[in-house]
Amino acid sequence: MTGSVVTGHVLALGTPWDGVPALVLPALGQTAEMVGIVMSIVVCLGGPLGLLIFNTSPRGLAPHPRVNASVSWVANLGRSLPFLVLMATVIPFTQLVVGTTIGVQAAIIPMSIAGTAFFARITENAVREVPPELLDVGVASGASRWQIIRSIQLTEALPGLAAGLTLNIIAMIEYSAIAGAIGAGGIGYLAVNDGYEQFDAHIMLACIGTLILIVQVIQFTGDRVVRYLLH
Amino acid sequence: MADFQGKQMIEISGLTKRYGSHTVLDNINFAVDSGSIAAIVGRSGAGKSTLFRCVNLLERPTSGTVRVDGQELTHLSRRELRTARRAIGTVFQSANLLRRLTAAQNVALPLRFLGLSDEEVHQRVRELLERVGLLHRANHYPAQLSGGQRQRVGIARGLATRPSVLLSDEATSGLDPETTRSILRLLTELRDDLGVTIVVITHEMDVVRSVADVVAHLDRGRIVESGRVGEVVRRSDSPLATSLLPTDPAPAPLAGEVVWQLRYTDAIVDPNWLTRVSRELDTDIALLSGLVETVGGDHAGRLTVRMSGRLSPATVAGAFAAYGIHAQVASAADELAVAS
Repeated sequence: MTGSVVTGHVLALGTPWDGVPALVLPALGQTAEMVGIVMSIVVCLGGPLGLLIFNTSPRGLAPHPRVNASVSWVANLGRSLPFLVLMATVIPFTQLVVGTTIGVQAAIIPMSIAGTAFFARITENAVREVPPELLDVGVASGASRWQIIRSIQLTEALPGLAAGLTLNIIAMIEYSAIAGAIGAGGIGYLAVNDGYEQFDAHIMLACIGTLILIVQVIQFTGDRVVRYLLH
Repeated sequence: MADFQGKQMIEISGLTKRYGSHTVLDNINFAVDSGSIAAIVGRSGAGKSTLFRCVNLLERPTSGTVRVDGQELTHLSRRELRTARRAIGTVFQSANLLRRLTAAQNVALPLRFLGLSDEEVHQRVRELLERVGLLHRANHYPAQLSGGQRQRVGIARGLATRPSVLLSDEATSGLDPETTRSILRLLTELRDDLGVTIVVITHEMDVVRSVADVVAHLDRGRIVESGRVGEVVRRSDSPLATSLLPTDPAPAPLAGEVVWQLRYTDAIVDPNWLTRVSRELDTDIALLSGLVETVGGDHAGRLTVRMSGRLSPATVAGAFAAYGIHAQVASAADELAVAS
């Protein structure tokens, strides 16, 4: 008898179900905002960085060993550290850029650094998959390097880039949860702070359910986009 | 090389290409007349593809010069070279189409690089696809096209910028004979209708026989034999002639008979020579094997025949020689049989 009461008590502890959406939905919004901003930065910086890495490599359009080595080194730098450590490492830089070391804005800096390095490699790999003979087609028809990059490399690498982008978005959702440690907000933060730390089973379940759902939706959408791009 | 229309469209002189200490092309001298089709043949690894890539400077020669339409390519700046390359259409082995673009979009690619308007591009792409007979496949993706169709799209793309020269690297390898013939027909049309100078790199002798005006045999980075195809096939001790018109090994003759190997030596041979020689010598001629073709406008033939051993070899050889055919004894049954 007593046991069941205790059990019931523990389960009942936490936010009532009808109060859950009021907590989860704003958190979802924060996650979306963080990942959205980060991904825009990641694509704008990581894409060109990846193209630079590939095209300065021996197989690229403008081989340049020294540039290649240094850019590649920079990209590796962003991926060398576990995200939590990276976040701590770049605190001075974050302070300098956004003027604060906590909250959504502060989280965007380390996330963008890690994400850019990630996307640079994804872009490099996707472009590397384009058969070298296709670059010859561009060169032989008198295209400029920029025209070859745009019309041949990016066009042909698009399915690979879309698949990589899907991967990247999901990784950024994961990072946004880790960024909860510096009060970044979002679903991950809610799960850790309210669900785990305060034993709020309802919040925990809702967060887990939401995360699983959004990752599934993103992966599903990503796969569909890739298939569409492959014709 | 022989002079058809005077002007040399492609002139390669002293071309050498080394990778480290490995010499891939060794002092190549080769010229192609305007409006003719030249074939470069050789086994794989002979340097054919490197030579192909040196003509449009996809590979920079270690030394030597490449002159196309009077313009020396090796001295051009990057920008000038881009412009010069537009005068050289390139058809790659396995077509090299962008798989994410339709046939029409692939053909449009060089025109887009030129910066033509949508209207101009559309118009020109229609013309090109019509020429290669694929207007009805304009919106198909490469994966939806057959090998021959893909190659036609590749040719249309190579022609997009109205080049005066078309380079083709093994454009027909891996295609079935019927498709190969249709591609070769297309190349011949391009030469005849548009006056395009065409260089085909191939290992298929059929291709050389059916379309080429001139041929060069590349072996271990050197041109070991070259000339007008019609003339090359008449050469007596030429490996290239033998591979262009291969003959079966002569079979052992029956007793009292002699097997003769015949080779056309004249560019024009009376098509009735067999019956005429037979009548003149008053003997039967058994045709054992042979290949008679028109190569680059010239008659070419290599045949093996069997005749009675009664006749004196000099008489037989003389009778054939009168028709522009060189005859040589391949084998006699035995000395006695010939003498009797």
